[in-house]
Amino acid sequence: MPWELKADRPIYAQLIEQIELKICSGIYAPGSRLPSVRDLAREASVNPNTMQRALAKLEEDGLLYSTRTSGRFVTEDDNVIYQVKNKLAQEQIQDFLKKMKQLGFENKEILSMLKTMLEEVKR
Amino acid sequence: MNTILECKNLTKSFGTTKALDGVNLTIERGRIVGLLGPNGSGKTTFIKICNGLLTPTSGEVRINGFNPGVETKKIVSYLPEKNYLNDWMKVSQIIRFFQDFYEDFSPEKAYDMLKRLNIDPNSRLKTLSKGTKEKVQLILVMSRDAELYLLDEPIGGVDPAARDYILDTIITNYNENAAVILSTHLIADIEKVLDDIVFLKEGQAVLNKTVDEIRDEYGKSVDALFREVFKC
Repeated sequence: MPWELKADRPIYAQLIEQIELKICSGIYAPGSRLPSVRDLAREASVNPNTMQRALAKLEEDGLLYSTRTSGRFVTEDDNVIYQVKNKLAQEQIQDFLKKMKQLGFENKEILSMLKTMLEEVKR
Repeated sequence: MNTILECKNLTKSFGTTKALDGVNLTIERGRIVGLLGPNGSGKTTFIKICNGLLTPTSGEVRINGFNPGVETKKIVSYLPEKNYLNDWMKVSQIIRFFQDFYEDFSPEKAYDMLKRLNIDPNSRLKTLSKGTKEKVQLILVMSRDAELYLLDEPIGGVDPAARDYILDTIITNYNENAAVILSTHLIADIEKVLDDIVFLKEGQAVLNKTVDEIRDEYGKSVDALFREVFKC
């Protein structure tokens, strides 16, 4: 999953979202060790201080933890990861609903369209 | 001391024109700073004063506590806007030259970067294209373990792939003890790599904020804000 950064929002906030996404999708597995700040900054082509700031926030949120000697790790607490996953899902759904409303659909219509779509995907 | 560069009321006049007009600026170690402004806004004048190539009309610059001079040249690595290397020399000869000149120069780093950019150390400079010469010059500057890097338009003349490599080098080279100040017009390419932005307008520092502060406050990129502030 490449790093995608948009031009009109703070880079720091976008880095947080993308790392959350990488953790939720298992690219950074629970309990695994994260690359160093420098390597992550290089991978995302961003300023190392900005990356450091994003990681510090994720640590504060409990999604990452660091040990003094061996680096920074993803939490092993499934509950924390599940909560983040839920938060990300809700954001996606809110975004989707907003766009559907802009297109002029009512809740009922959205729901039935979604059901039909899901049926089709199943087949 | 965390401040690497401080300038107070820095002014430089050429006849009746003021190239710099009372600039106050403090740069901390560990920061990568973009010096942005339209043509003729004073970027190169500022960088030249910091290197002692021009003297201020009034006000002063202190780098690590010293006015530009012998003490500061030891710790400042400077990429000028012009190519100043001797055309008859081979790349390898220039590397030896730099090694003699600067205590903090690492030939290993230089050769490593040359290899990455596919530049033959045995070629003579006069046989290289303009863009390749610029790459060589930047490699020399980035191969020093300096405390302040002053880069005047480091990515202007090179192709987009080399540009990415140069930005990558700046990130990899990052060190908490050193600061990088670079001037450029190619803001969109570089803003993700910067901590702080200084906008110069007619010789004055009109804005001094972090990239994320700008994006947060204005809801747009530094590049977009620049286009708005300096709209012709």
